[in-house]
Amino acid sequence: MTTAITAPTIVRTADGVPLKAKLQRVERVRRLRAFALVAPLLLFIVVTFVVPITTMLYRSVDNPELAANLPRTAVALKGWHGQGLPDEAVFAALAADLAEAHANKTAALIGKRLNYEIPGTRSKIIATARKIAEVEQGPYKDVLVKIDPTWAARETWAVLARTVRPVTSFYLLSAIDMRLDADNQLTRIPSSDGGIFLGVFWRTLVISVTVTSATLVLAFPLAYLLASLPTRMSNLLMILVLLPFWTALLVRTTAWVVLLQTEGVVNDALLWLGVVDKPLQLIFSRFGTIVAMTHIQLPFTLLPIYSVMKTISPSHVRAARSLGAGPFYAFWRVYFPQTVPGIAAGCLLTFILALGYYITPALVGGPTDQMISYFAAYYISEELNWGMASALGVVLLTATILLFLLYSRLVGIDKVKLG
Amino acid sequence: MTIKTGLGLSGLLLAGITAGAFADAAPAAAQDSLTIVSWGGAYSDSQREAYYKPFAKDFGVKVTEEEYNGEIAKIRAMVEAGDVTWDAVDVDTRTVLGGCDEGIFETIDYSKLGQPKEKFVPGAAEECGIGTIVYSTIIAYDANRLNPGPTSIKDLFDLEKFPGKRALQKDPFVNLEWALVADGVAAADVYGALNTPEGVDRAFKKLDTIKSQVVWWEAGAQPPQLLADGEVVITSAWNGRIQNAVKNEGKNFKIVWDAQMPDFDFWAIPKGPKNLDLSYKFIAYASDPKVMANQSKYIAYGPTHTDAIPHIAPEVLADLPTNPENLKTALTLDSRFWADHRDELEKRFNAWLAQ
Repeated sequence: MTTAITAPTIVRTADGVPLKAKLQRVERVRRLRAFALVAPLLLFIVVTFVVPITTMLYRSVDNPELAANLPRTAVALKGWHGQGLPDEAVFAALAADLAEAHANKTAALIGKRLNYEIPGTRSKIIATARKIAEVEQGPYKDVLVKIDPTWAARETWAVLARTVRPVTSFYLLSAIDMRLDADNQLTRIPSSDGGIFLGVFWRTLVISVTVTSATLVLAFPLAYLLASLPTRMSNLLMILVLLPFWTALLVRTTAWVVLLQTEGVVNDALLWLGVVDKPLQLIFSRFGTIVAMTHIQLPFTLLPIYSVMKTISPSHVRAARSLGAGPFYAFWRVYFPQTVPGIAAGCLLTFILALGYYITPALVGGPTDQMISYFAAYYISEELNWGMASALGVVLLTATILLFLLYSRLVGIDKVKLG
Repeated sequence: MTIKTGLGLSGLLLAGITAGAFADAAPAAAQDSLTIVSWGGAYSDSQREAYYKPFAKDFGVKVTEEEYNGEIAKIRAMVEAGDVTWDAVDVDTRTVLGGCDEGIFETIDYSKLGQPKEKFVPGAAEECGIGTIVYSTIIAYDANRLNPGPTSIKDLFDLEKFPGKRALQKDPFVNLEWALVADGVAAADVYGALNTPEGVDRAFKKLDTIKSQVVWWEAGAQPPQLLADGEVVITSAWNGRIQNAVKNEGKNFKIVWDAQMPDFDFWAIPKGPKNLDLSYKFIAYASDPKVMANQSKYIAYGPTHTDAIPHIAPEVLADLPTNPENLKTALTLDSRFWADHRDELEKRFNAWLAQ
């Protein structure tokens, strides 16, 4: 028998189980317990965050109206090659579908969807459905063309062939001012024809950047003051900063309407002081929008900067001064770099919140100050066009993610501190 | 506190919150209730006095009011989701026609209303709605600020004679017709022109001439407020709101009846309501001529039932848009045009506004 090599002694616990296994088991239980504590929050985030965003992504390409209500036409159009007009079988399928749509009262829904692509089609579809329901038998091609000449136009059929599919690119393309023409080529939509969204996105960006810069300029000195005052004074001033923060958004915005309107407090004061001789147009303008948004966003920028400043020991600047640095040099080289994480956090928060603003520009801004959320809200509440609203949301989300990636490349995501 | 106690407490809290949430959703008491939706402000006040309060008293039904600004999308959403919480909605003509096409309103069974269709003013007895008032979109001004004031619709577009801001509804409805009339199109040819792209372009071009001076309102209560604040000198409005400000708030506003656009408001029932019979009961009550005549006491809107007119006092009749004096240069609404072209004209209007 060969001598066994001495195996390393396995450390065992009192009940004979190897220590390593016991340790692993305890670790696993600890991790499970930690996960159980976090699980409700994770579930909450998945439900309120991931699910709506996924639904929005789905809705921006979902195209159920025609696929569900023109089933025979959808099948028949698969065989159409796109040149000239479709043959009799497709016309017959359309006639059957429209007759059924008239009976089920879904013709208006079909017309509404086609109306997005070709204005004026809604009434034609409803009229065609009503008339074709009375026609007993084919051939349908001539009958349909006689009811409305649009059925002899290749563009109508090209649009129909695209729109009967369950998935569509129409909404996403419209959100970036593009569309497919009759030959399925990408073309730009001119601004006179509704191609306004790229301009609105740019406007949203510009307003957000302006508001972020304005809040930064106001918040930094204020945060410095709050951080360097003795606690009692600082607490009192902090309450003054937070009090408007705790007031409802709509109340604050309405207060700005009262202040900025043509016969409001600001204009009356300026007239009385003799600074101007005619009231200024402060409300329903870009100025009013920026001022109101800055006021509302100020605490969001201020608080992260304040919390970071609070952690900076005043002895750092004193040490720099004692080593011979001038006041500005000491501030710029010793104090300011330590506040950058707070600035990064505050600015990021304000910028992303400002991108989604809707109520404030709607109340104090003019028609050329409306941001992208206004249009998304319009499509939902006035038209019930979920596709368009979702598409605008998707483009905004993509733009925000890209900007955030750019931001983290510049600033570094690990450098963002909320306090 | 140990982890065990912490977990136990949070479990209890979660259970408590869930129980509370479900307790709210439990069905209410045995009394019937009705949710009626209208446009808010002085108009809803008049409906409350003339209809909701007497109906609740006579029939022992609880009436809940809600407001909206005419967004057909909200009704569409409810019917599509199959969860209709509105039992009766006050809608305008283009909504009742467009909504009927889409099948989102119940077809009115006139036998249940107890009123024959013929007794209603022509245009007020629709397939999916029964007319309740005749209102009109007009322009108004503050006589304290503009003296002499505008006398015709052309003055709305005349920035030299009447400088200052104007307020218009944030909707192409009526604004396009007024633009064409002010540009010289005869009242009878307005819709013929709007049916062509050149006509629509012409209307937008005319609106361009005052665009920079316009404040856009969305809620019916805004125009008298904007006039009172001095924010605008001329505003478009629904006549009853202006007359309410004159009567109840002592304002010196004057209405210009030239090119007024009379229209009906209808009671409509969204498809699939919780209690169809109760909805019909309410609408039947509100369509009774004596009850309908009562509403004109509270707001200057006319009745749609021909038998209601004798019940209205002559001085009230004089203020109504249907007074022949006021109807002399009125426009005639083509609601079928708006039912068909609403979506694309609104899209064009929003694009025009955003630039």
